Amino acid sequence: MKKSTMFVRMITASLMRRRSRMVVALLSIAIGATVLSGLVTIYYDVPRQMGAQFRNYGANMILTPSGDSMTLDDVAAGAACIPSDQLVGMTPYRYETVRIRETPVVAAGTDLESAKKTSPFWSVEGEWPSANGELLLGAAVAEQYRLKVGDTIEVTYTPEELADASADPATVTADEMILFDVTGILDTGGSEEDHIYMYMADLETLTGTANKADVAELSVSASGDVLAGYVERVAQGSDAVSARLVKRVTASEATVLSKLQALVLLVTTVVLALTMICVATTMTAVVTERRKEIGLRKAIGASDSSIIKEFMGESMLLGLLGGVLGSMLGFLFAQEVSVHVFSSTISFRPLLVPITIIVSIAVTGLSSLLPIRSATEVDPALVLKGE
Amino acid sequence: MSLLELKNVYKIYGELHALDDVSLKVEKGEWVSIMGPSGSGKSTMMNIIGCMDKPSKGEVLLDGVDISKQSAKELTTIRRDKIGLIFQQFHLVNYLTALENVMLAQYYHSLPDEKEALEALDRVGLADRARHLPSQLSGGEQQRVCVARALINYPEIILADEPTGNLDEANEAIVVDLFHKLHNEGTTLIVVTHDPEVAEVAQRTLVLRSGRLAKEVVNQNFTGQIHFDRS
Repeated sequence: MKKSTMFVRMITASLMRRRSRMVVALLSIAIGATVLSGLVTIYYDVPRQMGAQFRNYGANMILTPSGDSMTLDDVAAGAACIPSDQLVGMTPYRYETVRIRETPVVAAGTDLESAKKTSPFWSVEGEWPSANGELLLGAAVAEQYRLKVGDTIEVTYTPEELADASADPATVTADEMILFDVTGILDTGGSEEDHIYMYMADLETLTGTANKADVAELSVSASGDVLAGYVERVAQGSDAVSARLVKRVTASEATVLSKLQALVLLVTTVVLALTMICVATTMTAVVTERRKEIGLRKAIGASDSSIIKEFMGESMLLGLLGGVLGSMLGFLFAQEVSVHVFSSTISFRPLLVPITIIVSIAVTGLSSLLPIRSATEVDPALVLKGE
Repeated sequence: MSLLELKNVYKIYGELHALDDVSLKVEKGEWVSIMGPSGSGKSTMMNIIGCMDKPSKGEVLLDGVDISKQSAKELTTIRRDKIGLIFQQFHLVNYLTALENVMLAQYYHSLPDEKEALEALDRVGLADRARHLPSQLSGGEQQRVCVARALINYPEIILADEPTGNLDEANEAIVVDLFHKLHNEGTTLIVVTHDPEVAEVAQRTLVLRSGRLAKEVVNQNFTGQIHFDRS
C-alpha cells in the first residue's frame, strides 16, 4: 500500500469515525464560510442592487444639443451609445411657451410613458395622460388658474414671428389652439410644478414643427467610472448631442455606495477574524484532546513533520468540506438578504465557490497551525503515563 | 557486543536520583524482567531504553550506538527502527481498526502492508478481529493488537511496560505465551512488571530499588517452552 493511501485512510477515518467531534468543527468552519461567502456576494452585488434603488431618484445623465438645437433622432442616436441593458429609461423634452387664458406658461412635450421611468419620484394626483389631448398640470399652474382634474382648458401657441410683430398682447392672434383634458396634477416640490406636460405629438401640432428636443433625461443603471465612461462614449458617438452627469444624483450615489461597500467590507473583515478565532479555538480543542494519540504516534516513530502533515491534512479536509458547504449556504444567505433588503434576487457568482473553498482551507490551515505545532512538543513519555 | 548496555547511568531531577549509577547488559535474544516497587526508577529506565528520555549522566549503548548523545530527531528514528513498545494502557488509536493500528507502525517505519499486518494479527490470534475498532475489542484483545503493532517492524528489542497490568488471568496467560513465542523466534524482550509470577518466567530478573540495581536473579529453570499458568 502506498503511504499516501494510508494517509488518506487515516484522515478519512478520523473524520468519519469521530463524527460527533468533527461535526462541531465542520459546523464552525461552514458557518464562517457561509457568512463570508454571503457577505462577499452582497459586497459585489451592492452596486447593482443599489443602482436599481438609486434609479428611484430620477435621471443621472442628461443630453443637450452640442450646437443650437437637436432632433429626436439625435437624442435616440446618443442614447444608443449606452448599452440597452443599462438604460432604464430615456425621456426627451421640448419646451415651448404656450398660453392659457392669454397668460404665458411653459409647456413640455415629452414621452409621458418614459417620463414615469426617468422620474419615478413624480407624484401625480389623478391619472397620467394616456392619449393625445390629455395633459398633466404642474401644481403651481393648477393653483394659478384654479384648475382641477377633469377640467378642460384651451392651450394656444403663438409663433415667435407673430409675437414679435406686435408689442400689444391684445392684438396677438393665436395660430393654433387645442382643447386639453386635465387628467392629473403634478406634485414634485421642484420647478416641474410651474410647467404643463403633454405628449410630444400635441406640442408638435400646436407649434407646427416636429422632430425637435431641448433636453433628454437618461436613467442609466451604472455609477462612478462606468457612468463617466458612458458620457465619453456618447461624446465620441454623436456630434449633435453632448452628455453630462447630474452631479447632484451621481455624487450622492457614489458616496452612499462607497460607504455601504466600506461597511460590508468591514463586517466581512470582522467576520473573517471571528471565524479564524472560532476555528482556531475549535482546532485547539480538537488537538488538545488528542495529545495522548500524538504522544503514541511519536512513541512509535512519527516525526514532528509527519504529525503536522497528518493534522494539517485533517484540518484542510475540514476546511474543504466547510468551504463547499459554506459557498452553497452563503449564496442562499445572500439571496435571502437580497430579497428582504433590496426586493430582488441576486446573481450567482461561480468564481466565489473556489475562492470560498480556498479561503476556508487557508483559514482552517492557518488557525490549526499553532495548536498543531504546540502538539508536536508533547513528550511521548509523559503523555503515555497519563501525566 | 551486547544489544543493550547501560554504563553508570544517572537520571537526576533536582535532589531526586531516579536512576543512580545503573549499569547492566542485555544480550540479543534475551528475555529480561525488571521489577521494583513504585518510584524505584523502572519507568525512568524504560523511557531511557525506549529513547523517550535521556540520562543525566552515563552511556546507553543500543546496538553499539550511544543513544544518550543522539538528538531528538535521531532518537525518533532509533525508536521507529529498533524498538517495539507495549503499554499497560494499550494506547491504540481509537478511530482506527485493529488492522489500521498495526499498519500505523508500518506507515511510520516504511510502507504499510495490509497482508503483513494481517499476518501479525494472525500471530496474536486476532485475524478475525482485524476490522474491529478498539472499542469493540476486550482488554486482552487490545493488548494483543498492541503486541502485533510492536512486532510488525521486526524490532531489535521489545519493551513492555506492565503488559499484563490491566488484564485478567486468561488474557495475561495469552500475552505471556506470546512473549514465549517471540522469545523463541529470537526477539529480545525487556518486560517491566510488578507481578513476580510474570517476572519469573523471564530468563533474568533485575530488581530496582531507589534508582539502584539491587538484585539480579537468573531463572535456572527457564526452558522457553513454558505454558504460563498462574495456578
